[in-house]
Amino acid sequence: MAKVLVVDDSNSIRDMVSFTLKGAGYQTVEAVNGQEGLSKAQAGGFDLVISDVNMPIMDGITLCQELRKLPSFKFTPILMLTTESSTDMKMKGKAAGATGWLVKPFNPDKLLSTIKRVIR
Amino acid sequence: MSVDLSQFIPTFLEESFEGLEIMESGLLNLEAGDSEMINAIFRAAHSIKGGAGTFGFGHVTEFTHLVETLLDEMRDGRREINSQEKEVLLASVDCIRLMIEAIQNESEYDDTSIIMVSAQLSELLANGNEPADGNSVISDVNGSSESDDPISSNKTKWNILFIPEHHLVQTGNDPLLLFSALEDFGELTATAVLDNLPSIIEMDVEELYMHWQLTLISDNATEEDIREVFEWVEDECELTISKEELEQPKHEKSGSAEANEQSDDTVPSPEQLLPNDNVQLAQTNSAAGVTNADSQASNVTTISPNTDDNNSPKAPKTPTKSKAKTDQGSIRVGVDKVDSLINLVGELVITQSMLSELGNDFDLSKVEKLTAGLEQLLQNTKELQESVMRIRMLPISFAFNRFPRLIHDLSMKTGKDIELIINGENTELDKTVMEQIGDPLVHLVRNAVDHGIEPVEKRLASGKSEKGTIWLNAYHQGGSIVIEIRDDGGGINRDAVFNKAVEKGLVEPNVTLTDSQVFELIFEPGFSTAKELSDISGRGVGMDVVKRNIQSLGGRIQIESTPGEGSTFKVHLPLTLAILDGQLVRVGEEVFVVPLITIVESLQAKPELINKVSGDMVLYRLREDNVPVIPIFQLFNLPAESQAVDNSLLVVVEADGQKVGLMVDDLLAQQQVVIKSLKDNYQDVAGVSGATILGDGSVAMILDVPGIIQMALEIAQHKQRQRSNVYQLEGALN
Repeated sequence: MAKVLVVDDSNSIRDMVSFTLKGAGYQTVEAVNGQEGLSKAQAGGFDLVISDVNMPIMDGITLCQELRKLPSFKFTPILMLTTESSTDMKMKGKAAGATGWLVKPFNPDKLLSTIKRVIR
Repeated sequence: MSVDLSQFIPTFLEESFEGLEIMESGLLNLEAGDSEMINAIFRAAHSIKGGAGTFGFGHVTEFTHLVETLLDEMRDGRREINSQEKEVLLASVDCIRLMIEAIQNESEYDDTSIIMVSAQLSELLANGNEPADGNSVISDVNGSSESDDPISSNKTKWNILFIPEHHLVQTGNDPLLLFSALEDFGELTATAVLDNLPSIIEMDVEELYMHWQLTLISDNATEEDIREVFEWVEDECELTISKEELEQPKHEKSGSAEANEQSDDTVPSPEQLLPNDNVQLAQTNSAAGVTNADSQASNVTTISPNTDDNNSPKAPKTPTKSKAKTDQGSIRVGVDKVDSLINLVGELVITQSMLSELGNDFDLSKVEKLTAGLEQLLQNTKELQESVMRIRMLPISFAFNRFPRLIHDLSMKTGKDIELIINGENTELDKTVMEQIGDPLVHLVRNAVDHGIEPVEKRLASGKSEKGTIWLNAYHQGGSIVIEIRDDGGGINRDAVFNKAVEKGLVEPNVTLTDSQVFELIFEPGFSTAKELSDISGRGVGMDVVKRNIQSLGGRIQIESTPGEGSTFKVHLPLTLAILDGQLVRVGEEVFVVPLITIVESLQAKPELINKVSGDMVLYRLREDNVPVIPIFQLFNLPAESQAVDNSLLVVVEADGQKVGLMVDDLLAQQQVVIKSLKDNYQDVAGVSGATILGDGSVAMILDVPGIIQMALEIAQHKQRQRSNVYQLEGALN
């Protein structure tokens, strides 16, 4: 069962993502900001990270940079959840090592079809 | 896929309200250059926008987008933060709150203010250093990609040349998965070109050395669809897409010349290779380069277009959790509270097992153990009860949070410069009490601003600082919580209050009253000392309501005031409404609970102190007061042991400043009782505020003391009227 780290400070979005993923047979670990995400990531064994960009304490871009420094996250897909459809934010994410992005608003179908591009 | 999004809406609403509070308090405290604060405000707006879009509230997204854009410009330093913008942003917070509340209540809302504020926002944005960002138009809520010409019966063959950069896999992208996404559009053949593989010694396992020639036969895919699949990697690859109609077997060479050359030279027809070199998608790990490079038997790898269904995520189960309407309300509970609860339940289980072991072979020698066990059970139950009650307790900051904004708005309106100091915002209070005390507190604070704090000239004239101060303090005292609203204004003018009360006919001009009795007059219905009407605290309408609301929560309000120095309104409230300290009394066969807080004293009536006045009203002389006696048996029509007042037991209770003696047959124990609502389980009953279940399993009614006093007075008046009617009738007959 694929294990997904879901990082978002918004409870509703995090619940929705996590619920959808669990329903689709994934295992999820949740974190409310980049720092918590990073510390939970230490456990390893993740197949995918889905993270919000704008978060208190540590944002998604920094989380992404930090994760890429960990050997076990070198190739792990990292998707940024963002409402900023501007190319600027996407490029920042890419530069930080993100695999791709999912532009909010999205629905569960879109979420599942999107993650199929990076995880099997 | 049917995930019911509505189940997440309550959480969304809750966090939106929290976000709005963050925005509001942030804006109130915002000073230029405070980038952390502006970031927090931005984040809150951003989250609301994102959530609203996701859960299908486009109108909220649209509006919040404007707010967010403005905040973004401030955040980036492209825009100065001035008071005009702050005001518009504060108004926007109100608008968003209005919309979110409408969603919560599933009601309509008046959108005039929203149209107005969004016009103001647009204007600000238009006048800014940068025009509103055209790129960030809100995208379709549905999120599905719309194809340009969805119905096209002709199958199209797409030739795609995909040359990724060597480091592609290091961002977590896996070409094979991109291909499988392409398969959703139709039949895909992928041919890997391994020409550029370095020798095994030079090879870096983390790099990707090959590229692919793909053909997609689809009847609905557009070039945009295909580009979207490669969206994440477009900067890390060379991508050439060309189209050819299937009817024409000879393809035009519209693709890259290099690509065609390569595929012509090195790639045999894919069909030939299928049986041997078919690489199952599922078997490849994310470092695609490594796996494929290993299969060097052939320099070409073909990927089967059929995705193995077992390897794709399983169809989602239908959600088992179906949450009903949104108005249930929820409490956020600290983990420490839950932990302590679990801990206590653990102890309870130990006690239970100890007792049941004791019961297995019980004899009299073990009585002592049994007593000890029961003692422990009592202790556990008590702690468990306290612990559960604590879960309902929230810090009073939930009620206090709205005041900084209120003071800000009132300052603007009145032109008074006012500072608000909040103390004890972590004092905990029952959620229900908290919800009901909000409005009375707002009223008291408005009063403090309007009537308490003097205008600036007057303050300066009396040697005070220009800035008025209002304190909101909360602290625990005994079993209750005290909330203080204090101002350093002019204090209550005793004479003005007294004269006004006389004028209104509330009090006789010649009586002498103590200060606190005079201040009490403020709570009389229809009382006001304000010379002019103001839209802030109105006309004194409400102070009586404030008092009534506080009393209905089982609390009381007290005023202290010193002329020239200011006033303090102290609100005393019970910590919880769920449990009550009660005195059990017996009337005939029935047991009633009298709230301990209302009891002044209990006594045995001495015959010489009893006065029978006109009609059935009996007065008892209690020191200086004449206290009306209310026989409970009469009120509820019960058979009682003693029907005469002489030597009977009187429980003297007080409510609304009125003392009465409740006549009962016996005083029983004092104990805490858990209040059960009669309204929920049966219906409202006059004179009874609720019921409880006693230790022996029987039900006892909890007396509503203010209600009983009211009832007794009405009955007395009614009888008097009847009697005067009889006199009139007799007079007429004679």
